[in-house]
Amino acid sequence: MDVALARSWIIEVSAAVTEQADYLTQLDSAIGDADHGVNLKRGFTAAVAALEGADPKTVGDVLVKTGTTLVSKVGGAAGPLYGTAFRAIGKALPADSSTVDAAELGAALRAGLAAVQKLGAAVPGDKTIVDAYGPAVAAFEKAADDGLTAAARAAADAAAEGMRATTELHARKGRASYLGPRSVGHQDPGATSTWLIFQALADVTS
Amino acid sequence: MKKFINDPAAVVREALAGVAAAHPDLRVDIEQQIVVRADAPVAGKVGVLSGGGSGHEPLHGGFVGLGMLDAAVPGEVFTSPVPDQILAATQAVNAGAGVVHIVKNYTGDVMNFQMAAELAGDEGIEVQTVLVDDDVAVEDSTWTAGRRGTGATVIVEKVAGALAETGASAAAVAAAGSRVNEQSASFAVALTACTTPAAGKPGFELPDDEIEVGVGIHGEPGRRREKLRPAREIAAMTVEAILGAKPLSAGSEAIVLVNGLGGTPLIELYLLYGEVAALLDKAGVRVARNLVGNYVTSLDMAGMSVTVCRADPEILRLWDAPVRTPALRWGV
Repeated sequence: MDVALARSWIIEVSAAVTEQADYLTQLDSAIGDADHGVNLKRGFTAAVAALEGADPKTVGDVLVKTGTTLVSKVGGAAGPLYGTAFRAIGKALPADSSTVDAAELGAALRAGLAAVQKLGAAVPGDKTIVDAYGPAVAAFEKAADDGLTAAARAAADAAAEGMRATTELHARKGRASYLGPRSVGHQDPGATSTWLIFQALADVTS
Repeated sequence: MKKFINDPAAVVREALAGVAAAHPDLRVDIEQQIVVRADAPVAGKVGVLSGGGSGHEPLHGGFVGLGMLDAAVPGEVFTSPVPDQILAATQAVNAGAGVVHIVKNYTGDVMNFQMAAELAGDEGIEVQTVLVDDDVAVEDSTWTAGRRGTGATVIVEKVAGALAETGASAAAVAAAGSRVNEQSASFAVALTACTTPAAGKPGFELPDDEIEVGVGIHGEPGRRREKLRPAREIAAMTVEAILGAKPLSAGSEAIVLVNGLGGTPLIELYLLYGEVAALLDKAGVRVARNLVGNYVTSLDMAGMSVTVCRADPEILRLWDAPVRTPALRWGV
């Protein structure tokens, strides 16, 4: 992945969350407060604008800038969680090279997951971002030897599966947790937007 | 959706422009979304700051002024403010004596305030945080993000703000706020869902003869659904939940808030207050002070919450201290 591809990834995420904003908000209104779509749309639109006005030299710069913009524009839980994830991914990448390979990106994605879990204190099965992100990273790492395209595709598929599996879970973190058993039967909006992010990566690398 | 708005994305900014026009006692930064009392920072005084998603008016901007908050930081509708915003407000109210953040226990609020407190700490500003988690409808806190912060926030802000006005330290102001929180319990019931401007339709469907029991303040469904019953029975269920979670011994004094969620008229809130006061009296609890009205709302949700705060003489003295804000005003 080079700087141009990293930018394309963020532009693709922005397009996807904009297109799916109503769907994400609809998922969120079932078990949360009906703002997930509009919040991510605002954040990634701002991230694309911030990248246009910047001259990032490395893939890490692109992703740190994206994360910082998300933290300062989104609010709620999504801002800190996705912002911290992108910042951690960006910081874990080599600072002295303008391109990264699949293994390096896999390790960085793993660092992003660790940062999200530390901040949100969520574990697999809590019905959160982690339920899509965790399987996606594992699949990415497993397929990394086959190259970026294959790894990104495997990660997107695993994220989709993890996302679908959240439907049957009982939420234990975030606003949906206040519903208790009533959260069962609804797909988690955070896991869904996580899938969109990995799907965007698969799309731009294919 | 029928609302007095121009553009769903501009609601908060345009409402803040109205707040600025209506209240010359306040300084409103419309771009950064910060409401500050005009004389801040007050020399030698601890700054008291709160914030959270918009849609809960008058919380928090309506409680900015003498004797209560020095600043409020409204986020987007039902979305917590961002760290940059909270940091800017913290700087604006810091007079060198430190700043107290009053934070409702929602994951997003907690994370954003935590990040802002760290940034402020890097600049040498002492930040103390009071976490409000009074909602006893959330029972099994081991398996959730903990109890939600709701109606008690008003009492915490009033008491902490009054103590700050006396020149108390940040640690003492935070301790007083935390004590109010620990001695408070709230429980809410909704008759309808609310409609966020961005979503454009109600968050959930509720048949005419059903109620949502144990709702929060973000339009999400409650803990369970029941058949609509007379107000007397709903009040009894509410008081029972509160006294069951935070027992008050006979003879204790309390501050009681019967709060509308935005879409319930005062005639119903007063009717409920009569029921709640009678039930508390029967339980041997003396209502020393009360508030009836819309203080912590959930946009246009029809519904109510009851908050009971066990009050000692110090809490009552601070409650009675002068306050001059858009939504709470006495003694001045």
